[in-house]
Amino acid sequence: MSLLTQMRQGRRGYWLSAPALALYIGLLVLPLGLTLLLSFNVFDYQVGVKSDSYTLDNYGAVLTDSYFYEIFLRTFWISALVTLLCVVIGVPEAYILSRMGTPWRSIFLILILTPLLISVVVRAFGWSLLLGADGLINQGIQALGGRPVKLLYTPFAVVIALVHVMLPFMIIPVWTSLQKLDPTAEQAALSLGASQAKVMRLIVLPQVMPGVLSGSLIVFGLAASSFAIPGLLGGRRLKMVATVIYDQYLSELNWPMGATLAVALLLVNLLVMLSWNRIIEGRYKKTLGE
Amino acid sequence: MSKNGPLALSFHALVVVFMMAPLVVVCLVAFTPENTLSLPTTEFSLRWFKAVFERADFIDSFYNSLILAFVSATLATLIAVPAALAITRHSFPGRNFFNALFLSPIIIPHLVLGVAMLRLFALMGVNGSFTWLIFAHVLVITPYVLRLVLAAAIGIDRSAEHAAESLGASRFKLFRQITLPMILPGVAGGWLLAFINSFDEVTLSIFVTSPATQTLPVRMYVYATESIDPMMAAVSALVIALTAATMILLDRVYGLDRVLVGKH
Repeated sequence: MSLLTQMRQGRRGYWLSAPALALYIGLLVLPLGLTLLLSFNVFDYQVGVKSDSYTLDNYGAVLTDSYFYEIFLRTFWISALVTLLCVVIGVPEAYILSRMGTPWRSIFLILILTPLLISVVVRAFGWSLLLGADGLINQGIQALGGRPVKLLYTPFAVVIALVHVMLPFMIIPVWTSLQKLDPTAEQAALSLGASQAKVMRLIVLPQVMPGVLSGSLIVFGLAASSFAIPGLLGGRRLKMVATVIYDQYLSELNWPMGATLAVALLLVNLLVMLSWNRIIEGRYKKTLGE
Repeated sequence: MSKNGPLALSFHALVVVFMMAPLVVVCLVAFTPENTLSLPTTEFSLRWFKAVFERADFIDSFYNSLILAFVSATLATLIAVPAALAITRHSFPGRNFFNALFLSPIIIPHLVLGVAMLRLFALMGVNGSFTWLIFAHVLVITPYVLRLVLAAAIGIDRSAEHAAESLGASRFKLFRQITLPMILPGVAGGWLLAFINSFDEVTLSIFVTSPATQTLPVRMYVYATESIDPMMAAVSALVIALTAATMILLDRVYGLDRVLVGKH
């Protein structure tokens, strides 16, 4: 069947998708294209954006300026640390949840996952209440006779709040892959005299690996582009890529530079996701013996 | 009955405390009678809730957010339902590409979408317009509706549709009387999820709102970067209450665990 015939036969499909397609072309493809174009524009502090002259200087600055370099590096290690902590906390927690009986399992699952649906600004504010100079944690330290510690506006505050926001994104995929785990396999191994540690290593962990990998991907991507948490808990000095982009757009008014950083952020994000996908696919192939 | 040992259960307790602590603290501090951010020790006071209702800017932002979330969730549903039916019921060249494209805003950082739309709206001269803010939100929340409707449309038994079709039901009648009732939980759940996501959205909105169209999360974000006082806790507690109410509704129509972990 020729492509044209197929297209004619599928025309109802096109009609039904048309509103969505119009929206996505107008508000996704077009603005992203314009932003890519903008990132090559010359910026002049006197006249603003020169939309008829193009340069590669913005990209040069991102790659060579130590200020930007440092911020990308910081964003990377914070996101990597957050991902690691989410694995360390989320995987055992998902496993514990999956071994609970009803109704506790549903109750705790909802309790742990619903913060996901509450505004991130509210959650960031909650952490600033806990971590502030006279916040609850410092009050506790003082009550125990210790000296107050500076927690807010430090990388520690950003990391802990990001873990709080991202943990559900790790628990969900791990939970999903645990659902596919056959409990009789575990029981069989145990009855044949395998130790609990061996069951974990040989049966449970291989089963949850795809979940851990896709969870890590989501967590890393979201952490690397997070805005409200570093904005509210990092203070003026502790910048991440997203907060620097915000500054470039809304206080420096250097839109081409901001656009360059945004394009770089998007590219790095997509690159991490694609290479991670490769790794996952490679693993699947290996286990399937192809 | 639980198969978890005491060590596992204490780990679990710590995780639950960690997840709940910031939200519980916000709700408690909201009731403080003091001028400072402190837990109410002797009495509960509603003074900071009263203070919120005297702030015209916060009230306006609240209504902006409510209208925005309602209209954009509705538009997103009107766009996502036909798209989901196209993807599940019709085969046409480019179908997989459409599917990937329509779900893609989920993996693009909201910040990038925000600056991209800021550029577009600035060139069009419509930045800060409420109408365009609505369209911006429709784009970011459509994938959530689409995902739930897709899951619903794939999971249903097609035989009733085929029967109605062979009995000569018109396409519209088929949709209204057979397909729609069957995918309704997905549609309603998608609408509510889209509503919550639009109501909470801050990162994109901060770029494309003007003082007049500022949404509640943006207002709260800007306020929190400048000052921290118990009024912010009261606003946050109100937001938590509203979100909780929506979540209960979501649980009734679709099942919260299904939305969160995709159980079918």
